[in-house]
Formats: sequence, C-alpha cells, structure tokens
Amino acid sequence: MRASFIGALTAALLAAGPALAAGDMGAADKQSVNPIAIGMFLAFVGLTLGITYWAAKRTRSASDFYTAGGGISGVQNGLAIAGDYMSAATLLGLSSLVYLTGFDGMAYIVSFFVGWPIILFLMAERLRNLGRFTFADIASYRLDQSKVRTFAALGSLTVVVCYLIVQMVGAGQLIKLLFGLDYAVAVVLVGVLMVVYVTFGGMIATTWVQIIKACLMLGGGFLLLFLTLAHFGFSLEAVASSATSAHKAGVKIMGPGTMLADPISTVSMSLGLVFGTAALPHIMMRFFTVPNAKEARKSVFVASGLIGAFFLVVGILGMAAISIVGTNPKFFEGGVIGGKLIGGNNMPIMHLAQAMGGDLLLGFMSAVAFATILAVVAGLALAGASSIAHDLYARVIRKGEATEAEEMRVSKLSSLALGVVGVVLGILFEKQNVAFLVGLTFGIAASANFPVLILSMYWKGLTTRGALLGGLTGLISAVVFVILSKTVWVAVIGYATPVFPYEHPALFSMTLAFLVTIVVSKLDNSQRAKAEIAAYEDQYVRSQTGIGAAAASSH
Amino acid sequence: MSDPVYQRVRQNPKFQTLVKKRGRLALLLSVIVLAAYYALMMAVAFAPDALRTPVAEGSGISIGFPLSAIVIVISWLLTGVYSYFANGEFEELNNQIVTESQR
Repeated sequence: MRASFIGALTAALLAAGPALAAGDMGAADKQSVNPIAIGMFLAFVGLTLGITYWAAKRTRSASDFYTAGGGISGVQNGLAIAGDYMSAATLLGLSSLVYLTGFDGMAYIVSFFVGWPIILFLMAERLRNLGRFTFADIASYRLDQSKVRTFAALGSLTVVVCYLIVQMVGAGQLIKLLFGLDYAVAVVLVGVLMVVYVTFGGMIATTWVQIIKACLMLGGGFLLLFLTLAHFGFSLEAVASSATSAHKAGVKIMGPGTMLADPISTVSMSLGLVFGTAALPHIMMRFFTVPNAKEARKSVFVASGLIGAFFLVVGILGMAAISIVGTNPKFFEGGVIGGKLIGGNNMPIMHLAQAMGGDLLLGFMSAVAFATILAVVAGLALAGASSIAHDLYARVIRKGEATEAEEMRVSKLSSLALGVVGVVLGILFEKQNVAFLVGLTFGIAASANFPVLILSMYWKGLTTRGALLGGLTGLISAVVFVILSKTVWVAVIGYATPVFPYEHPALFSMTLAFLVTIVVSKLDNSQRAKAEIAAYEDQYVRSQTGIGAAAASSH
Repeated sequence: MSDPVYQRVRQNPKFQTLVKKRGRLALLLSVIVLAAYYALMMAVAFAPDALRTPVAEGSGISIGFPLSAIVIVISWLLTGVYSYFANGEFEELNNQIVTESQR
C-alpha cells in the first residue's frame, strides 16, 4: 500500500497529468472551452513564435544552436533553469500533494529542492569548464571517444524520451481538461510548437520560452498567494487551523503520515531525486549556455532562489486549498464534498485560482500550465537533438569530420524526429499508467549517467572499461528494478505482489553502478587505462580554472 | 605528453591554494546541506511525533513546516555564500592563475 502510494504520488508530481492513481488515467473529463485561457495561451504562443523568428536570425553556428553561443547571462540562465526545472508537476503535483497529505507533501517539496545547492557546490563550475554542448563531452573527455560518448548519448536519449512521454501524456490530459481540446489534438499541438521552437530558434528561443514561462509562473503563483493570504487575513495560523478542521485526517496532516515512514524508501526516493536531477540532460545543457564558471554559479544562485521561493508558495497554497477547495461542493463531482475532485486529484491549485480570482485567474493559471509544458518539452527536445547530432552523428559516426552545416541539419532533423516520436508515443500511452516512466527517468539519470559523470570529473582512476561496464550496470539494474517494482509488475503486468518492494531504484542501482565502475576501473591494467589516468591531470586543471574551455560569443 | 600550459598551472602555488580552499568550502557546504536535509528526513522516518509539536503553545502550526522551510532557505543562502567566495576571492585568484599561465 505504502509503496504504491509513493509511486502514485511521484507520478503525479512529475507527470502532472492525472496520474495520481492508476484509475484516474485517461479519465480526465473534457471541459467546456475556456475563452480566457485560450486567449491568454494564444498571446503566449504569439509572443514566443515572435521570439523564435528573432532567434532564428541569430542562430548561425552549431554553438548558437546548442548553447546560444554561450552568450546567456547568469541571471537570464537562472530564470531559464527555473523555467526548465519547474514543470507543470511543480505547480499542480506538489500543491496537490500538500492538499492531500499535508506535511508529507512538504517533505517532498524539500526533496525536490535539495539537489540544487549540491549541483552548485560539486558540479556547476566543472560542468561549465569541461563541457561544450552535451554531458557526453565531459564523460568522454579523456576516455574512449566513440564508446563512452555513444553510451552517454544513449543514456541521455533514454532519459529524454522517457521524460518526453511523461510530459506529453501529462500535457494531453491537462490541456483536454483545461482547454476543452481533444487529447490527440493537444498532444499534436504541443509537439508542433516544440519542434518549431527548437528547429528554428534553437537554444536562444528555448531559453526565452523558459524565461517568459518562469516569469509567468512566478507572477501567477505570487498573485494567487497574495489573494489567498488576504482571504485568511494574512495569518498563516488561520491557514493552518482551517486546514486541520477541514481535512478528514484532522490534526494528523501537520506531521509525517504513512508516505515516508519507511527509511529505505525515503532514502532511495531522495537519492533518485537529488542525483537524478543533477544528471538530467536538459538541465545540464543549461550550464553550457553561459560564458564562464562565474556566470554558471550565479545562475544556480538565482535559479535556486526562485525555485525555493516558488516551492514555499506552493506549500502554502496547498495548505490553503484544503479548506477553500476541500469544503466547497462546486469543486467536487456531483457536489459531494470529499468525493472526487472535478478534473482529478491534480486540480486543487486550479480550483483555488477559480475560488480566489474567478475565471480570469483560472484562465491565466491554465495558460501558465500550458506554457510550462511547452518550455519543458522544448528543453528536452533540444537536449535529445544535441545527443543525436553532436554526439552520435558528428563525433561517433563522422569522427569529427562533419561540417557545421551538416551537423546543424542533422540536429534539426533530430528535433523533428523527436517531435514525431513524442507525439506518437504520447498518443499510444494515453490510457497507460506512466508512473513507471517517472521512476525509470530518474532511476536511469541517477544510475547510468550520474556515476559516470561525477567520477569522470572527480576520480582520476576512472577508465573506459569501468565507465562502460559501470554505466551499463546502472542502466540495466535501474530498468530491472523498475520492472520488478509495483509500478510495472503489479500496475502494468498485473501480478499481485511486486518482486522489488520499493518504487525508486536509486539506492540500489546507483550504488551498484558506482561499485562496478570503481572495481572494473581498478582492475583495468591496459595501456589505454594508464593513458586515461595520466590524462586526468590536465583535465583537472581545466575543470578548476576553465583554461582551454570554449570562449563565449556575444548576443 | 602533458600540455605545457597545464603543467605550468599545476606548478603554480596559487593553483594549489585555489583548489584547496575552494574544494574545502564546497565540501563543507555540501555536508551542511545534506546533513540538514537528511536530519529532517530521518526525523520524518524515526521521530514523526517530534515534528508534530506545535511551534508555540496553542498554535495550529507544527514545527515540521517551519523546519522544512528553514532547510530550503538555509540551502539557498549557502548557495549565496559559495557564489560570494567563488565569484569574488577565488575568481580573483583564478584570473591571476590564468594570466600567469599564458606567459
């Protein structure tokens, strides 16, 4: 019970779609068309397409396309990171988690945040100093170019495609619900806009889509917070006491419930979230868009401030929704308080917006949710396209012989292909429970990508053989554990009990990956291994000082 | 085999100072953040009742909420501390190292 609860909640958090319970999938009712939401959304699309047109004229080189020529400032990049990281899951999933469980939701909020300071302290400057376009640049810096790069690119692509499906399914459900569009129409619309932003505007357009979306989301969130607090006479005490009297669990929501009672699940969940976040390809890619390590640090400071502030807002809004939404029959199906929320369990914050600011605010928040999905999928498509075009095509297949024009053509075709894949899989997975894909995304990022990435930057002894075998171990064990866990073994295949009792594989698969990588590297006495170890010294100087790192262009 | 520029940097005592000082700060701050976070999570798992204590006599807010908020705020402030030193004092040192390496 507990395991399924955690899985379902995580799915809700990340998928944002009505994935909260398997029974909810595909059950989102089509709403009547909301003209305010559509008007605001069209304004957003018009503005971002205008920016894409402007960006297209500035995207001349591969470096412009992948990293905006390294010409994004730290503050701009901080906003864009916040826009890239805070998916619709943050807005809808985290607030609904607090609405449903009180304090347990708050513990999840903290878990989603803590990866950021760690990324700054341990990774940001080395990422910026060593990488050019992709995380595979860093992993293969002193190791075998074709083997390690291929593995890292495939790891990135797996993560990108899994996360893309999750976002697409969430987008389809959400848009069907908020805008009254057909599921398939919504998915195609998201896919088309994503491809347009990425193929024409590259990283410059993607960055600005993310910046605008971050501003809209923060603005909407703080406006809603202000209206809500005004309703409670600006007293958090009043928010808390009305929540405890309105929630069926009463005062229990003020403390930890059953969700995180098992320490092993808790640790595995948190390791997956913290280190999976640190190895998401579309997040890492953002560090290559700034001119130097100094701006990279500044961007994490700005991003984590915005993310942290918004998370706290979301926590308060979730608590406030317990009394405002939870006691109002108009938000429940058939008017039965405590029954099924209209639109599913991810809707409390939307209902709260309706209660506090009427259809106008609801329309605005709906448009924000749509914009959020677009910003995240654009980042994903760009990260995927760079893995295909830069890593696999230009470096591995053409061995660095491809011209820049050829590489860019391939990257544009790749983003088109990813758009098609995203739309097709998004439609195929409409009625599926995508919870397992969330576990898989973060599990693979934390187990296959993270160990290789961090060891390549921090451990002299890493060799090609160790990186490949260790990374494969992480990849396979993460996939196997997820298949044997409740989300696939029980929810998809239909067995009564899971073989692997936890939802999140990270504690086991990540540990295994580190172990195999280190042992195999240690045992590797080949000539090549010796050369790779010797090459660490120069890499170390560059990672610390940035000497030799690609210089920035100005925009 | 090693690039002469990198070799020069490695022999520069300023490089050793930079790496040692910045590395120590990064490690210290990571330990603080992770210790605070895992202390909270372990309290969730092993001492849930402690987190249910009201913040003040008769208050409806439990101590768990402000503690969670404090973990977020402190983690963020520490990113500010790191950026302040890494982008100030250490960046200055780094710039000197880069200049000296290009002689």
